[in-house]
Amino acid sequence: MIGDLFSARVIIGILASGIRLATPYLYAGLGETISQRSGVLNLGVEGQMLMGAFAGFYVALTTGNLWLALLAAGLVGALMGLLMAFVSINLQAKQGISGIGFYLFGLGLSDLLFQKLLGRVETVSGFAPLHFPWLSDLPVVGKIFFQHNILVYIAFALVPLTWFLLNRTTLGLKIRAVGENPDAADSLGVSVSRVRYFTVTLGGTLSGVAGASLSIALLNVFQQNLTSGLGFIAVALVYFGGWKPGGVLIGALLFSMVNALQLWVQTLGIPIPSEMAVMMPYLLTIVALVLAGQRSQAPSALTKSFNRE
Amino acid sequence: MKNWFKSFSLPQLVDALLPVLATLAALFIGAIMLLLMGANPITAYSALLAGAFGNSNALADTVVKATPLLLVGLGICIAFRGGVTNIGGEGQFVAGALSATVVGLWLPEQSGWLVIPLGMLAGLLGGALWGGIPGILKAYFNVNEILSTIMMNQIAVQLMNFLLIGPLIDPLQLERSSRIPQTARLAHAFDLPRLAPTRLHLGAALAVGLAILVYILLWRTTLGYRIRAVGLNPHASRYAGIKVPQHIVLSLLLSGALAGLAGAVQVYGLHHRMFTDGSATGFTGNAGFNGIVAALFGQLHPLGVIPASFFFGGLLVGANKLQRAVQVPAALITTLNGLVVIFVVSSELWRKKRAQQRLSAASIAPPAPQREEVPV
Repeated sequence: MIGDLFSARVIIGILASGIRLATPYLYAGLGETISQRSGVLNLGVEGQMLMGAFAGFYVALTTGNLWLALLAAGLVGALMGLLMAFVSINLQAKQGISGIGFYLFGLGLSDLLFQKLLGRVETVSGFAPLHFPWLSDLPVVGKIFFQHNILVYIAFALVPLTWFLLNRTTLGLKIRAVGENPDAADSLGVSVSRVRYFTVTLGGTLSGVAGASLSIALLNVFQQNLTSGLGFIAVALVYFGGWKPGGVLIGALLFSMVNALQLWVQTLGIPIPSEMAVMMPYLLTIVALVLAGQRSQAPSALTKSFNRE
Repeated sequence: MKNWFKSFSLPQLVDALLPVLATLAALFIGAIMLLLMGANPITAYSALLAGAFGNSNALADTVVKATPLLLVGLGICIAFRGGVTNIGGEGQFVAGALSATVVGLWLPEQSGWLVIPLGMLAGLLGGALWGGIPGILKAYFNVNEILSTIMMNQIAVQLMNFLLIGPLIDPLQLERSSRIPQTARLAHAFDLPRLAPTRLHLGAALAVGLAILVYILLWRTTLGYRIRAVGLNPHASRYAGIKVPQHIVLSLLLSGALAGLAGAVQVYGLHHRMFTDGSATGFTGNAGFNGIVAALFGQLHPLGVIPASFFFGGLLVGANKLQRAVQVPAALITTLNGLVVIFVVSSELWRKKRAQQRLSAASIAPPAPQREEVPV
């Protein structure tokens, strides 16, 4: 049975699902990267994802319009991000803990709304796989790369876009300046709070979309605690990836490939403890943090609130 | 403790009541949400109060629910006072529960007098391991503890799932081939003594006793003084000759040990076995995070966490009654818990400003002795 795992069909399947499953990690991880580069640790990603996942699912179910659903998810995430920004920037709340508050808030509220408005687990027909002429029909390569839904491709496209935003635009320069040395940025006339409001809200939007990518594209259901820790992993990916979009991509693929492997192991009924495999990325993340620890590339002002005095 | 009884000025009184105000604000928002869902907030909240504190059974359930919050919360006090953000309560709870369960399953024929203390010890050690690793990583490898505790949470969950589906699965489940991931029930001799007919068990008394011990540790011993000094100012502490890395490890280790004990108590006192739905919350009931809520509400003071966890335990128990009375899901309480955390940490700025005003009002020269601040 274990031999099944090495058949071409299964390996192609694992690679294809791995790419698909990287989607929520990418949206949430890239959003968090932008937020952290400006110096704000948003630990409420999980809560934002849950709210986004519910909003997207509910709108998709009631209107049948998936793009409207995606918009709703992004808006709900943005709203949560805006609140996080207010609490972190204006009220200077300690970010690690306020994030836990937003997590509990999103966990509770998404469950509350789910039970009140839906009452039971339903399914929607989410974003369907795209079909590219010729490419999708290619053997092997077509299955792995060219039969995904649009949200998967957008997620991967965001990797170079985020890199470009951070490294090649004036706004990106401001974001990095605010994250490294807010006092200097402030004295040069950059509004620290405005930049941080932007990044945290954008991060929230992307977290909301990440949630929707689960509820209306990958799984097409909503249930209590749908994300089950995925948002926290997305935060970890930022550290794993050394605050670089490319690093986040590698981390996202690592986690998603192992998840895909586990799913296939379960589907095929292979009696190997796949939990051990699932543990590996977490252990690897810790090892990566240890190796990076001595020369940590963390933004210098990360988690430090800025007080203009 | 002592300074609690000194004469209060009004702003100080308001400072002390900030968590209460934060909770009232959260309950107020909850009332609006109830109205939006077409429920009468007064009916809802009275059902909640009755469900939590209405009769002796309700009270017992509240205390049972409060026990893990208190134990986790005490650990959070040590960690936050020591300047480390331990959000690994969930994993430490699971690690402690797993270790304690293994002890109980391993020695089924022994007397409870032997196994119960061993099980509790195993819980402490399991949690200490799960907290100590992030501690070592932070102190000696500069690894952010928020991250490593999140990772340790996930590792604990996978370990639990692996053990409960595999080596530790209830043999009965295999016989029936139903394969529900849970362990066998521990021997009845290992049940913590309980106050029949309620579910109130000895764990609550243990937790209250530990609250006093943690208070003594933090405020009446040199070790506790050093932990708090490191939390307030690691640089000054190093110049004062305190070995900062050791104390960082120790705060996380003790913090984890208490969360692990909470897991052990949950197994021996309440569930008598372990089970999993694949996520951490399935077994912990989110105690690892709700313990943070209780600790913040108790102003990170071990004795303050006692009433705080009693209150939040009550909210969680009463939530089910509320659900039946006004058809509003109990998840409302999780939402409100989140708001309490957000409000409490947000009000810190106000508290700091008041403290600064008091200092400047006393017109002491700049390097004035600073009032002790809660490092939230």
